[in-house]
Amino acid sequence: MARIQELQDLVVQVRRDILRMVHRVNSGHPGGSLGCTEFFVALYNEVMELKDGFDMDGKGEDIFFLSNGHISPVFYSVLARRGYFSLEELNTFRLIDSRLQGHPTTHEGLPGVRVASGSLGQGMSVAIGAAQAKKLNGDSYLVYSLHGDGELQEGQNWEAIMYAAGNQVDNLIATVDRNGQQIDGATEDVLPLGDVAEKFRVFGWDVLEIENGNDLNQVIAGLNEAKSRTGKGKPICIVMTTEMGNGVDFMMHTHAWHGKAPNDEQLKTALAQNPETLGDY
Amino acid sequence: MTTYTDQGKQDTRSGYGAGMTELGRTNANVVALCADLVGSLKIDTFIKENPDRFFQVGIAEANMMGMAAGLTIGGKIPFASTFANFATGRVYDQIRQSIAYSGKNVKICASHAGLTLGEDGATHQILEDIGMMKMLPGMTVINPCDFNQTKAATIAIAEHPGPVYLRFGRPKVPNFTPVDQKFDIGKALLLNEGTDVTIIATGHLVWQSLLAAENLENQGISTEVINIHTIKPLDEEAILDSVKKTGCVVTAEEHNYLGGLGESVARTLTGHRPAPQEFVATHDTFGESGTPEQLMDKYGLNNKAIEAAVLRVLKRK
Repeated sequence: MARIQELQDLVVQVRRDILRMVHRVNSGHPGGSLGCTEFFVALYNEVMELKDGFDMDGKGEDIFFLSNGHISPVFYSVLARRGYFSLEELNTFRLIDSRLQGHPTTHEGLPGVRVASGSLGQGMSVAIGAAQAKKLNGDSYLVYSLHGDGELQEGQNWEAIMYAAGNQVDNLIATVDRNGQQIDGATEDVLPLGDVAEKFRVFGWDVLEIENGNDLNQVIAGLNEAKSRTGKGKPICIVMTTEMGNGVDFMMHTHAWHGKAPNDEQLKTALAQNPETLGDY
Repeated sequence: MTTYTDQGKQDTRSGYGAGMTELGRTNANVVALCADLVGSLKIDTFIKENPDRFFQVGIAEANMMGMAAGLTIGGKIPFASTFANFATGRVYDQIRQSIAYSGKNVKICASHAGLTLGEDGATHQILEDIGMMKMLPGMTVINPCDFNQTKAATIAIAEHPGPVYLRFGRPKVPNFTPVDQKFDIGKALLLNEGTDVTIIATGHLVWQSLLAAENLENQGISTEVINIHTIKPLDEEAILDSVKKTGCVVTAEEHNYLGGLGESVARTLTGHRPAPQEFVATHDTFGESGTPEQLMDKYGLNNKAIEAAVLRVLKRK
């Protein structure tokens, strides 16, 4: 119980970080970041086996790829709070000369990031390559990745999905953030994705679903279940239903906050709904 | 005139295959990826000898480039190979973001570049790839001229950290560079010394330049021939040293004059030593079906076109 409370406190603090980061520069993507907060907190603090420090090759530890790079605020906050770089650096998000670019990149050498993402649909291929490298190296640790649901409209994903199943890339756990929203509206209105889980299944993946991706217990249980199914000949997909903008009442049930920052008043309201737990950066 | 002997016609793609065979035996980190064109890329021996280090991705080039980027994480040196058209234009954004911007140690190996793939026609004859690749920050761009040089380049890029675009072709062309010549990335090769004009050539046009130079020398025109196998980074010193002596340049390449070697040379000259230049290249056009010889003749990419360009540029000195 105590452990869950610690993680829950971290979730709330990360939400505050996200809101403050995007507010400060009046840009960035709070919606998807808030929706995936539980996932990132669970992954980096409960599920992945990580070495101290950071090296690009990530041998002998689990590694993660963020394919939908626009939710960089949650990634940066969780990386900083896991100790990859100083919390103070969150102040530089999207500013000139920063390592915290609008979309994550290796270019400025930010610890924790292993590939640039932002142009959508590329992360799964990279994750598969890294998973194959682990197999060649006799490294039994896992590769995790996160993908937006709208991002699945990019065709490269389906090349990758086909490849991973056809080649038994069973050391990969790819999670799809099924928040049902994209920039122009609901995914099912813009370009229907239909039954995402079934699509992965018929491509040959082992699929499990997290019904409420904003319930920390469910996220941890789902990730651990996925982990237990690795090494059995199939890549693992988690279809995780989340609420974009979760934790801030006026940011939920809409796609409006996909790529928009709150103003001063809105920030105040949003922060009041997420009282400080571990200290603001 | 320095004499070069054709040791027997071979395709440059077989030079790539031979280089991969050697790398398979000497460098355990080298892995190969291919998008359903194993036979065309001549990597059968590598695959046979190293089945666990080969990734057949199917007709899915975007995924291939992303996987190649991922394979570097863990220390592998991926050689991702397919036709030049599908290795560049089709996957430009994957190369840009996942490989170049991410600084990944991926070798993009592109066969069937230019017009000389012949009968398949313009859909497959990319003439814009050098331009696209050289514009990417951090990308090294190499276009070797024959079998031996392609083999040597393939082996050399495995030791070179960072993304590389290696371009070669389909037709059998004279193999004339020394079999044991070391490949220095970024270092031009002076093939013939001369004082009247400098021909700067890359890829299949190097042999054509030597043929042209022989004829020109017979006409009393002292012709310097430089083999630029590395278009980026460009050996500016070699180019400027030569033009200081000759005062004019012909560039020759199997590529569009927009974005190719010629433009890189022109940029160098403009900045340091302005001089008349003629471009032997395609002129903002697509190709078409035909034999390689017919196409090179029709689009002005052979020794005759180079000779004509030399006579033009001499008048502008």
